[in-house]
Parts: sequence; structure tokens; C-alpha cells
Amino acid sequence: MRRPLTLKDHHHEQRIFSVRLVVAVFLVLLLTLILISRMIWLQVIQHSRYTTLSDNNRVQTLAVSPPRGLITDRDGVILAENRPDFSLELIIEQAGELDQLIGELGKLIELDEGDLERFQKRRLTARRPWEPVPLRGRLSEEEIARLVVNQHRLPGIRISADPIRHYPHGILFSHVLGYVNRINAQDLEAMTLDEQRDYAGTHFYGRSGIERFYEDQLHGQVGYRQVETNARGRILRVLEEQPPVPGEDLRLRLSMRVQKAAYDALGDRRGAVVAIDPRDGSVLAFVSRPGFDPNLLVTGISYKDYSAYQSDPDNPLFNRALQGRYPPGSTIKPMLGIAGLDAGVTNWQRTISDPGYYQLENDPHRYRDWKRWGHGRVDLHKAVVQSCDTYFYDMGFKLGIARMHEYMSQFSLGAPTGIDLYNESSGIMPSKQWKRAYRNRPWFHGDTINASIGQGFVLTTPLQLATATAITASHGKKVVPSIAGEKQSVERTGITLNDESNWEKMTDAMVAVTGPRGTARVMAVDAQYAIAAKSGTAQVFSVGQDETYNEDELAERMLDHALMVSFGPAEQPAIAVGVLVENGRHGGSTAGPVARQVMDAWLLNENGELEVPPVFEEHPAPPAEVSP
Amino acid sequence: MSQREYLRQMPGQTGATLSPGLAMRLHLDAPLLAGLFVLMLGGLAVLYSAGGESLEMVIRQCVRFSAGLTALFLLAQIPPRSYRFWAPFLYCGGLGLLVLVLIAGTEAKGAQRWLSIPGIGRFQPAEAMKLAVPAMVAWYFSERTLPPKLLDVLVALALLGVPAALIGMQPDLGTAILIAASGLVVLFMAGLSWRLIAVAVLLVVTAAPLMYFFVMHDYQRNRVDTFLNPEADPRGTGWNIIQSKTAIGSGGVDGKGWLDGTQSRLDFLPESSTDFILAVLSEEFGLVGVSVLLMIYLVIVGRGFFISWQAQETFSRLLASSLTMTFFIYIFVNIGMVSGLLPVVGVPLPLISYGGTSIVTLLASFGMLMSIHTHRRLMSY
Repeated sequence: MRRPLTLKDHHHEQRIFSVRLVVAVFLVLLLTLILISRMIWLQVIQHSRYTTLSDNNRVQTLAVSPPRGLITDRDGVILAENRPDFSLELIIEQAGELDQLIGELGKLIELDEGDLERFQKRRLTARRPWEPVPLRGRLSEEEIARLVVNQHRLPGIRISADPIRHYPHGILFSHVLGYVNRINAQDLEAMTLDEQRDYAGTHFYGRSGIERFYEDQLHGQVGYRQVETNARGRILRVLEEQPPVPGEDLRLRLSMRVQKAAYDALGDRRGAVVAIDPRDGSVLAFVSRPGFDPNLLVTGISYKDYSAYQSDPDNPLFNRALQGRYPPGSTIKPMLGIAGLDAGVTNWQRTISDPGYYQLENDPHRYRDWKRWGHGRVDLHKAVVQSCDTYFYDMGFKLGIARMHEYMSQFSLGAPTGIDLYNESSGIMPSKQWKRAYRNRPWFHGDTINASIGQGFVLTTPLQLATATAITASHGKKVVPSIAGEKQSVERTGITLNDESNWEKMTDAMVAVTGPRGTARVMAVDAQYAIAAKSGTAQVFSVGQDETYNEDELAERMLDHALMVSFGPAEQPAIAVGVLVENGRHGGSTAGPVARQVMDAWLLNENGELEVPPVFEEHPAPPAEVSP
Repeated sequence: MSQREYLRQMPGQTGATLSPGLAMRLHLDAPLLAGLFVLMLGGLAVLYSAGGESLEMVIRQCVRFSAGLTALFLLAQIPPRSYRFWAPFLYCGGLGLLVLVLIAGTEAKGAQRWLSIPGIGRFQPAEAMKLAVPAMVAWYFSERTLPPKLLDVLVALALLGVPAALIGMQPDLGTAILIAASGLVVLFMAGLSWRLIAVAVLLVVTAAPLMYFFVMHDYQRNRVDTFLNPEADPRGTGWNIIQSKTAIGSGGVDGKGWLDGTQSRLDFLPESSTDFILAVLSEEFGLVGVSVLLMIYLVIVGRGFFISWQAQETFSRLLASSLTMTFFIYIFVNIGMVSGLLPVVGVPLPLISYGGTSIVTLLASFGMLMSIHTHRRLMSY
């Protein structure tokens, strides 16, 4: 192989090359070893970690939210349902120039600053690629049409439909049904882990009223769907599925008919009406005016709308029936009378002479009757019919605050009624201990005397007045108002009198209140049934000793509150009503007609004839099928 | 040399399919060809899965293989002395075309790499330089005495540096690195002194940060950033490498099975049929599959080294070893990049990745290797 006469030292070159070749081979083997080690590191040592990452990529567990239970009235009229809401979403990865796209969309549909702000916030939070980001909800049909027509030049837009809560009667049931709105971090924090899991797919949460109280039943149980998706988020197949358990439907004891009558009867005045069936405690109507439109609150109220609600001096978000505390005035006189009779401090025969005021011994202070010159000789019956203050001053003083407190609490006055709503106000039925604890003052005789006509420290809610009336109507039965049937435990028992005939006699007195000489005669005109009632007027503005006041000079909001409690038919009561009209001046003329309309709505049939509806049945027999 | 001796040196004896006589007459090397075929067939199977079971892709890849094998066959017929003779001309012509690309090239994906020739189509001059540069440097050293003197080293560096720089300006970092490497391998095999190698390594280590800040394009700098910390932007530039490592790691020892790799099949892995096809293979065939692949590669590389060892004169030795080593660098850079050992540079997995003129160039380089091996007899006379 050797070539002669070469200038190059081929042997030397070959030797150098051979050495280098060996080095190269070693280098190749070394680098291959590095690659193999790397593969062993990734595929053997870190295998489980990357398997998890890979599964996280492809397998998604989607929570499937259960459909929320429907709410109906006692006759099956739907009060809360679920409707699809169309919203516009953007898939950022497809959208291209985002600002330009949003600009284009702004020309087609209305986008306010709140929408854009929420969108930007959602866009920047952690999400998977190709996951749509909501831009605007509540698309109208016209807006959807406009978007669809232009879809070809709007890459990355998507219109999705999700069920949202809808209240077909809007404002009518606002305070009793309450509303749902978007679940937030605080709601979730307040839950246990199990509950949190149950809400994984849920967007809405009962915020107030029945929606809040029966949240557990209405919500149902979350379902799961394990799906395999590709990198674009498209679901390729369902690996595993557990369907959700739908929320229970809730049939309320409310009657649409009575509710509407109460709402309409109040008209534009501020006030509250609660109607209860004394036979079983069913709440038939629960109205507080002004109300609000719950549908606005579901989908995220605009700031403008919300501040309008908040700054409204009439306070439409305030539930007057449940939380409004008002002096009950004379409306509690029948209950006080029962207490006086039962405690033995008075009887139906005892009379007093009323000079128009009441005075304690050794005290010059005169407690005035509403009738300046007095009622003359007064027994208990007359005292109720004419609402004689002096009689009750005297009787109340003899009864004493301790016994008064005891009896009134049994009527649920100044004590929680136990209704199935949260945040019930308990009102105040004062006692010596109460005044010491909350006012840090000793109890005075005058306090007892003021309390005897439902003034002074006494504050009750319209719901309590209706409940106390229902208890009176049912002759002391324990009545716990209930909207949907679930009873709350309350520390009340029924009231058993030493002489049970006193119930009848008090009812007679209350029927006489709507008679020709009674203070509530207006409300009983042309009634088809006997109405037992008691009017009340609660002072907002206190009048000094020996002063008279002119109603016209007082600002509207300083006028007395008008109150009325009533039940009927008097012999076999099927409805008890408590009415409050803020600044309505006179219970008899303002609140009375409201109570009458509510009772008529329940007790009269379509032809205007008396037809007492049956007691609420949990599972009513299905209507008999009519053969053709 | 006796017939016996000649036969002893013949490589084809171990080849199963082609008889030594036939392979010899066709100037083909049976073991090398067998290795390449196994590689290509396996690659088609992986590609079928990576491309979402697209037969069209497989067919187009087959067309490229055919073109490459044709080039291999033709180049194998040309004796090495012709390569040696034409090397300077090819090199200068290629250099001219590279300049032309920068002036009149077609842009694709933000880089100017293609040269359109009306009527013929378009091609990448850089691909031709993958063969021309090692040939040129080998030619240069074959005219000099070895080991090279410092001046020769500087000339050689210029010879490989100019085209690499031109390609880097396109910009195509992957190809530039491969071309520079092919020239450097020649320099190394020619006997570059260890002391100079040490100095060069030191220089690279100190120059790398300077390159990063002053020479690199933004997209190249991004790749380095991503390499150093892929988790910094997992949804953006780090996505590729995270998904690639996830694919490899989740494959485990025996893999998820052919057509069952979720990372690529569900589109989580970008570039799954081109530069990142190894991730698909690792996911579906696991560590076993990767090991088999590396084994086949090592057989081919080993055969290449054997051919360079058997080569009878300096030019052939240097060219053969450079082509072989460059082939391995392809493999190392690609697998290193896909598995997160190296920054992402656009280097395909040889003969497995879909598309690119690289297939034709690679098979052509094996044609040159076979030419070197099968023309030895003529050299010895």
C-alpha cells in the first residue's frame, strides 16, 4: 500500500487519524450515554411525575352543576325557574388582535366598562389555553342575531347558554323568595370541604329569603364528568360520568292570589302585609313594599341600579315584614286583655270611669287617652271596641310588666316567630331585666303604662302581629308561621287559659271593632263573613305633655304608622292578617281596607261567595282526570 | 494485493441481502444501506402516528426518501478523487448562492433560506454546503502536511466560518452550527493540537455570554432563556419543551403503544412530526424504543467510522469521518434539545423527522461515504 516518492508522511498521518478516530468513537459513546441517562431520568425516575402532567393535560374533570329546584306557590304557580341565559365568550387564542375585536364587538352590542373590567380580570387569571373567557351576559335575541350574522369576521367569539334563575313575577315576591346571585369566594370559604365540592360546578347561591333558607334542598348534588380533551380544549370523549342530583322542587304554602291582593292593596305606600292560616300556620301572603326586581340582582346588577336601590329613601331592599320594628300600638290590646283576664286583674264585668287620662297615685303625670274627654264608663269589651287607652293603662299597671312580658312572649310579640326565613328580627317586649341590660336604667311605672297600649319600648314586626293574631284566632294554639313547611323550633307552647271561654268573648269584642261603633267599621262594609279585627296607630313623633298636634304640619314621614290586625271568618278563622302602613295615620281607614282585601282574596271564590279553602296538604291528590 | 486479501477487506460479506459482488458493482455498502432502511421504515411508522395517521404525509416522506436514495446512488458512483477535484468549485459556487439567498431569497417563517429558481423550484443552498464545507476543508488539508500548522488552522476556520456566518445571518442557527461543526470535525480529525483545542474551548466558554448579548437574534435569545428556565413562561415559549418532556417522561419504559401517545395525538406537543418527533417515539415506544433507535444510529455511525478508518488517503478519511460525525451531531443535538438538555435549535432527527431537504442531503452524504468505501480498490492500484 505504500506509495513511493510521496512528500507526505502517510504513516504519520494515518497514526494521527487513528488516534483521533478512537477519541471520536469514545466521544460518540460518551454522548450517547448522556442521552440514555437523560432518557432514563425522564422515563424511569421521573416517570410518575410526567404521567401526572400528561394526564392533567388530557383529562379534565368537569363538575356538572345540578339544576336548581323550582319554587311554586301552593297551587303550583311557578315563582322561580331556570332559564337559559346567553352570554358572549371569547377564545383568546383564536381571537387574533384582541383590542380590535373588542372594538368591533362594541359596535355590535353594548359593552359597558364593568363588562370590560370583569373580562380583563378573568382573562389574566389562570386558565387553560383555548378556554373561553366570558365577556358579556344577558344577550338579547337581537344582539345574538347581530353577532351570528357577523361571526365570520369575528374570529374567536362564542355564544354559550347557561341556565340562570328567573323570577317570572319579579317584584311581587321579592322579599319572601329572596334571590340568588353569583357565588363568591366568601361563600365558599364559609363552607365545609364537602359542601365546597358540591358547589364545584355551581355559579349561583341563594342570597336571601326562601332561596337562602332552603339552599340545601334547592341546590341538589353536583355531578362529574371526566373527559379527554385535546390541546384546543375540545372534548373528544367522556371517560366517566356521574350525573348530578337535581335540586328538590319547593312547593310553598303561599298563595299567589293572596300575595297579589296584599301587594296591590298596599299600592304605592310603604308597608308590610303578612297573612297566616291560623289552622296550620301556613303563610299565605308575605309582602313588604317597596320591593325590588330580583331578576336584576341575579345576573349582576349594574352599579347604577344598585346604588339607586341603596340610596332610595324608601329602602326597597329592606324587608319590613320580617325585620321592620314598629310600635304595635292598640293592635295588641286583645292579647293584653286576654292576659289581664287570665291573670285575674280584670274580668268582663269590671268597669272603670275614664276621664280622658290616667294618673298614678302621688304622681301628677297624666297618661292621656286618644279621646281627649274620655270614654265614660268602660268595661273590657268597650275598651277593645273603642280602643280605650285609659282602661288598658289601668289594667296593664295592675298586670305588671313581668306578667305582661310573659303573656306577650307566648303570643310571639317581641319574640321570634320561628318562620322559615333567616335574620328574623325578634322585636322588643320589654322587661325590667331588659331595660337594665340594654338601657342601663331602672324600670319605672310609666314604662309599664306605656307598654300597656303597645307604645314605649314595645316594638314588634308585622310578621309578629300576624302570628299573634293567628294565635288569638286559633284560641291559643301554638302557631309557627311557615312558608314552605319546615318548622323551626321555638320556645313557645300553646296558650291555655283558666277560662277558655275568654277566647270567644275576646273574638266577640274584636268582631264588634268592625261593627257600627268600632274603630275598624270601614273594613267590614258589605263583608260576607264576620271579621274580627283591631286597629292601631303607632306614634312616630312623640308629643309632649299637654300638647296637641296638628297632623298637617308634620312632615309626611313623621305621621303615625297605621296598623290593623284581623281574622276571619270570626267563627272558624281561616286567615289572620297583620297590616302595617308606614305613616298611614289611621289604622281603621288606611290599614283596614288592605286587610279586608287580603282576607277576601283568600276566603271568597271567583263569584265573590264565601268559600273557605281547605288546609294546606303536603301531597295534594292529583286533580281527577276529566274524561272527554 | 491478492484476491484473497481484497476479499478480506470487503465490507459486504456480512450483508444479508446483497451479494458482495452486486453491492460492489453498484458501489453500495450493504450494512450501511441496511441500517438506513431499518431507520427509514421505523421512522415512517412513527411519522404515521405523529402526523395523526395521515397517509399523505407518509407518502410524501417516501417520495423524499426516494429522491434521497437516488442522490445516494448517484453520488456513490462518483469516485472520491472527483469530489476532491471539484470540492473547491462546489464550495465557491455554494458560497455565491448563500450570498444570493441573502439578497434575493424567499422568506419563510421569518428566515430567508430559500432560493427560487424559475422552472425548477426552490432549494436551500445551505443544504448543499453541508456537503461542500467538509469536502472543502478536507481538500485543503489533503494538500498540506499534517498535523496542521497554525496558519492552516486559521485558513480552515475561515473556510468553515464564512458559510456558517452567512447561514447564521439568514438566520438559521441550527444549520450554521451543523456546518461549522462539520468543518471543525475535519480540523479535529486532521490532528488539531490538543493545546489549541483547549484554548478554543476556553474561548467558547467566555464568548458564549457575549454572543448571547450582542450577536443573537431575539428569537434565538428567547430559546436560550427558555432552555435555561422553561417554567418561566409555560404557556408561551416554554410550552414546547415542557410538553416534549412530558411526552417523553410519560412514555415510561415500554411506552403507551403505537398510535396511543396522548401528548402528540391530542395536539399538546407542537412540531410533533418534525423537530419534536423523538418525543412521539419516546411516548409511544418508551425507553425501549429510544434505546433501539440509538442502537440503529450507533450501528450506522460505527459503520461510518469503520469506512473512514479503512479509507486510503487523507481527503477520504477526513471527509468520511466528518460526514459520520456530523450525522451523530444531528442526533445528539436533536435528542438533547427535545429532552431538554440543550436549547431549542431547529435540527431535525435524521431520517425520522418529516420533511425538509435535510433528508436528501443526509442520504447524499451516505452516498459519498459509500463512494469512498467502494472505490478503494481503484485507489490502491
